[in-house]
Amino acid sequence: MTLKSILAGATIAASLSTTAFADDPTKVGFIYVGPVGDGGWTYEHDQGRLAVQEHFGDAVETVFVESVPEGADAERVMQQMALGGADLIFTTSFGYMDPTINVAEKFPDVMFEHATGYKQADNVSVYSARFYEGRAVQGHIAGHMTESNVIGYIGSFPIPEVIRGINAAYIHARAVNPDVEFKIVWAYTWFDPAKEAEAANVLIEQGADVILQHTDSTAPQAAAQAAGNVVTFGQASDMAEFGPFPRVSSIIDNWGPYYIARTQAVIDGTWVSTNTWDGIGAGMVGIGEISDAVPADVKASAEALRDSLASGEYHAFTGPLNKQDGSVWLAEGEVADDGTLAGMNFYVEGLTGDIPQ
Amino acid sequence: MLMLEKRPQPSKAWTLAAPLLAVVLTMICGGLLFAALGKAPVETIRTIFFDPLFSEFAWFYRPQLLIKGAPLALIAIGLSFGFRAGIWNIGAEGQYIVGAICGAAVGLAFYPTESFLIFPLMVIAGILGGVVWAMIPGILKVKFGTNEILVSLMLVYVAEQLLASMALGTLRNPEGMGFPGSRNLAKYDSASSWISENAGMHWGVVAAFIAVIFAYVILSRHQFGFNVRLAGQSPRAARFAGVNPKLLVLVCMGISGGLAGAAGLFEVAGPAGQISIDFNVGYGFTAIIVAFLGRLHPIGILLAAGLMALTYIGGEIAQSNLGLPGAAIQLMQGMLLFFLLMVDVLTNYRLRFGKGATV
Repeated sequence: MTLKSILAGATIAASLSTTAFADDPTKVGFIYVGPVGDGGWTYEHDQGRLAVQEHFGDAVETVFVESVPEGADAERVMQQMALGGADLIFTTSFGYMDPTINVAEKFPDVMFEHATGYKQADNVSVYSARFYEGRAVQGHIAGHMTESNVIGYIGSFPIPEVIRGINAAYIHARAVNPDVEFKIVWAYTWFDPAKEAEAANVLIEQGADVILQHTDSTAPQAAAQAAGNVVTFGQASDMAEFGPFPRVSSIIDNWGPYYIARTQAVIDGTWVSTNTWDGIGAGMVGIGEISDAVPADVKASAEALRDSLASGEYHAFTGPLNKQDGSVWLAEGEVADDGTLAGMNFYVEGLTGDIPQ
Repeated sequence: MLMLEKRPQPSKAWTLAAPLLAVVLTMICGGLLFAALGKAPVETIRTIFFDPLFSEFAWFYRPQLLIKGAPLALIAIGLSFGFRAGIWNIGAEGQYIVGAICGAAVGLAFYPTESFLIFPLMVIAGILGGVVWAMIPGILKVKFGTNEILVSLMLVYVAEQLLASMALGTLRNPEGMGFPGSRNLAKYDSASSWISENAGMHWGVVAAFIAVIFAYVILSRHQFGFNVRLAGQSPRAARFAGVNPKLLVLVCMGISGGLAGAAGLFEVAGPAGQISIDFNVGYGFTAIIVAFLGRLHPIGILLAAGLMALTYIGGEIAQSNLGLPGAAIQLMQGMLLFFLLMVDVLTNYRLRFGKGATV
């Protein structure tokens, strides 16, 4: 009897250990648009990858390919990862949208997660962060900090995501400083330190004493540091090495918890295609430490703004707001719906210049 | 003492051996580099140079070599004419972009009509786009003596701005929810350049092979090929032989621009699929390396394009499977050109040991 139960237990243990042994680790792939050392966007996605690796240990194997051009090359790299046995692939740039959909069609058993896009499929989820909430806090600080009342903004590509950021920053800068003016330069790149530095210098020459960037390198920070009296904010990553001045705060992308949750879903077999858009409240967007270069009262009000965005008590796009042409967008107290935000292609009233067409 | 002695004639044997030796040296030094990065050197080299051809998934990678190599070969063949004649078109990237824009514009203008005439019209528009863009530095050189290297290079940046403006404005997909980029031409039957996507065959691959054959015949059998070579080796002699140097500049710029434009069109209507802001990924610049690696000879260019495609695809496999950083792959590609230029010394010079020899 005892012997029998011991044997039975041993058999179960043996069968368990063989299944565990036969099960390959879950393979999670990441495709990056920049180098992992960009200090910004790709760096934070890679931090997310490392968080997955640390969380699951040997149960998960992560792989990545960096600096993958958007287009035909991306499609090849994704296929190669899928062939290499990846179970879940994160494609971390907007331009990977069509390639992700194409490859996902060919590999129905591989799950895909596309960042910042809008095309879903049975095995393609989309996810993004409400960076505009962070932009609202930046705009608030920027409006207080500027003395020349000229705020420079380095845009990457004129896509809804970037335009949302410009609008959110402008609305909150104007709220605290009605004389503020935004100068926007389009760099047409996510990561090109030389172009970004050039854009920053152009803005500084035009009188900007605060620079917001929606590109990924630290080059604008270095340019501001060289100029001496220009305020900057870290983008995607904390960029704390430029603090406490010129970098006075930052928007930090925090992908780790999402990546861990989605990997867990694949392991559990509960993964389904979803559309995730989280903000400060869910922890996907972080506001980096506001440095002492910012006056204490401004710091306090910025943190209050951050907390009200996090709790959902306040929405970054709350009426009354007009579009650039003066037509009414949101009435008093009305908040923007996600559909409009997702496809945002207009400036709010007060911004000058046109969105490149 | 080690001395270099100029050969009266470039060595034939070394001309052929130099690229091979450069590849071997790249493998050795690349292996050392990978070892320094803590990766198994032999395995890494094998992953980069052999896995795309012979691994378990070679059925997938071999067609990809065609897709990646075809635009390189097509552009490099065009460049080789000018380079042989001493006409330096560095701006093939720009001609590639403009060809893609013009060709795609024609295709998009007909959307959604289906007709077998659309694709040929797109090809013609693509070639013309490339030719026109190449004629700017060509005509400026002929008329005003400007430097074609600078002008053609600067026009790349102009073309990039034009591309961005097209992707955001004129050619933007009206159903794209406000996002930049045109409709997908690869999914529009009459405009698609794909013949068989699984086999990696699109009309650009066919065009590359045809271009190789034509270039070979013209360079070795035709009067024009003779003129090109003569102009490169001895411009004075060429003038005495009745070669019109201005016409030669225009024709060489036209050929390289036209082929680059065609490559752009085939790419946008197939592998890339759409005009987007960052549609170009540097084929026009890499093709310069390919042209020199292939010794400006059509067959050599074909092989060199295959080799470059191999390092790209193998490099991606190495990144994904072995965790090699992307920069290490670029470094290795740079090494290839560096070693080629280094070994090239032996083509034109002889190594002499001992002293007393006068140079």
